[in-house]
Amino acid sequence: MKKFFTCLLVFALLAGCSSANGGGNSNTYKIGLHFELTGGAADYGNAELNGAQLAIKLANEKAGSAKYEGVVYDDLSSTTEAVTIATTLAASDVVGIVGPATSGASAATYQISNDSKKVVISPSATANNITLVNPDDASSPVFDYVFRVCFEDSYQGAAMAQFAYDHLNARRVAIYGDSTTDYAKGLTASFTNQFNKLGGSIITTQYYVAKDTDFSSVLTNIKSMNFDVLYIPGYYEEAGLIIKQARAMGIDCPIIGGDGFDSKSLLDLAGADALNQVYFTTAYTTAGASDSLQAFIDAYQKEYHEEPSMFAALAFDATNLLIEAIESAGSKDPAKIQDALVNIQFDGITGSFSFDKAHTPIKSVLVVELVDGVQSGAISVSPAIE
Amino acid sequence: MKRSVWNRWNACWLGLIIVCYGLLSILISTGIMNNIYVTVLMGIGINIILAVSLNLIIGITGQFSLGHAGFMCIGAYASGVMMKQFSSSITGVLLGMLIGMLISAVVALLVAGPTLRLKGDYLAIATLGFGEIIRIVVLNLDITNGAAGLILQKVVNWPIIYLFVVLSLVIVVNFGISAKGRACLAIREDEVAAEAMGINTTKYKIEAFVIGAIIASVAGSLYAGSFYVIKPDMFTFTKSIDILVIVVFGGMGSVTGSVIAATAIGFINIFLQQFAEIRMIAYGLALVCIMIFRPGGLLSTKEFTFTGLWKWMKKRRVKA
Repeated sequence: MKKFFTCLLVFALLAGCSSANGGGNSNTYKIGLHFELTGGAADYGNAELNGAQLAIKLANEKAGSAKYEGVVYDDLSSTTEAVTIATTLAASDVVGIVGPATSGASAATYQISNDSKKVVISPSATANNITLVNPDDASSPVFDYVFRVCFEDSYQGAAMAQFAYDHLNARRVAIYGDSTTDYAKGLTASFTNQFNKLGGSIITTQYYVAKDTDFSSVLTNIKSMNFDVLYIPGYYEEAGLIIKQARAMGIDCPIIGGDGFDSKSLLDLAGADALNQVYFTTAYTTAGASDSLQAFIDAYQKEYHEEPSMFAALAFDATNLLIEAIESAGSKDPAKIQDALVNIQFDGITGSFSFDKAHTPIKSVLVVELVDGVQSGAISVSPAIE
Repeated sequence: MKRSVWNRWNACWLGLIIVCYGLLSILISTGIMNNIYVTVLMGIGINIILAVSLNLIIGITGQFSLGHAGFMCIGAYASGVMMKQFSSSITGVLLGMLIGMLISAVVALLVAGPTLRLKGDYLAIATLGFGEIIRIVVLNLDITNGAAGLILQKVVNWPIIYLFVVLSLVIVVNFGISAKGRACLAIREDEVAAEAMGINTTKYKIEAFVIGAIIASVAGSLYAGSFYVIKPDMFTFTKSIDILVIVVFGGMGSVTGSVIAATAIGFINIFLQQFAEIRMIAYGLALVCIMIFRPGGLLSTKEFTFTGLWKWMKKRRVKA
């Protein structure tokens, strides 16, 4: 019996703690920060939480502006948990939600948040059409209260096709892509589509399987063909080795890829010599940083003692976007905040943008060039897609 | 002596089922239990079905299986695909559920033949490998949309889940106290002795395994209809371990224990949600404490029965 009462006491205490900080004054806006802080996607989730909390901190330091408070939830990288958290947030007094990081967890929360009229801004849910009520049907209506600050996977492929055609003057492209991830498959499809539309031709499309290490037979085969550019949709793990082996074999044309290249490990795998005339698309680069981006990088380093990643930058933008919308709406009314977001023209560190019909940003993609493995400059590209 | 189904103990059970349902619907309709608790309740219901079906295999028959997430995966994707291809309503879920049950039964039969001749660790590893095979197949099919998974509508509500929880409990409990169930218990206690008594051990093991697999696939179907997204990486062997934890936590062999453990873990989880940083530590600590203070799980092999309650009350009356 004594044990039982001890337990009860502990529970009561814990419950007391949680209700004690429940109140808040009316000038404080609560923002739900829902991320994958543990589990498989914890790398992205923690970087995004850092970015979002930095944005809230900076907004609070600004004189005259309202106060913001982040309410942190961890969904353990589980979509089941994401549903529970979305339900919790729906019933709470937050004015908007930033997160989660991955497309799957985000999709699990959209219906609930939309039904409860909580604005959601996803920093990095890049899956195609995911903000639509039925993602399989591109003409289906959009979730009114769902927004994102990243571009879609397919947009990136199209942007690279545009860049290859316009800036590299490529007319014949060889593709050597990953067949095991949706990300790579999406890039291959959208690149091919856009490049053909521009009038170029894809002379061959070859596939590898994630975790392969020897690519020489396919590369030998490709080398004998006549092409201007080699496109490698996939992640750095294999791309690094492919670039190394291709250069060693004497394939010295430009090699291009997606933001899967964006990792320090690419340099370790391919070596600095091989990484010349290599270009990739990304949402964020520290090369040629603007003043506002540099200010973010400095503030982030001061706060967390590490370089911000793309995910931190996107979450920083997502949170600032929400804060800006709240300020221009000037109230906690979800409909007004939603309306402010639809019409916003936002200047973020990952680009300036407004939203299209699918609540996806219309922003240019950055193409970064590597010189001796170092990011040396960025060109922004806006593919002409109708 | 053959007892009729319509005896007072079964009437008590029926009463309990109706009272629980009534209580829940009153709590929900008056808003005392809000949407958060309804979601948690649905999750708990699905976990109860999973735990009870695994308990049939591990607790009652004593066969250590780590492939349970695989069967859940079959059910989830059967319903998910039917919802996408056929109709995005409860009909789609139920149709998919039937298909899932069928596929699970066939697959379980195929797997059970060779693997249930193995014992202990070997069986665990074999079933673990098989669960991964199912997941990899789903990962590479076009109709399942590969690694991105399926995004679905929510069409299942809590009374449907309640209904299936009751159904699976009735099936497993009655299997446990039937002649087949007794044979399974004998296999759990001592396989050699059971065989010496003339029990066809392989047959009963396969029966329990197939029933457990079918019920797990039902849980998967319900999950697909209630939680918006299904992805192959949900059904890794960590999911099997999660189910195993519930079974061990409640006590291997005790259906009551599985129900209590699934409920308790569900509520601990929602309670700890606001303490994001210490959540997994507290959860782990709770498991460690249970295992230290109650090595057999919360209820070990005890069951709640009305006959037991009656006897206990009588004993107290006599004492008084």
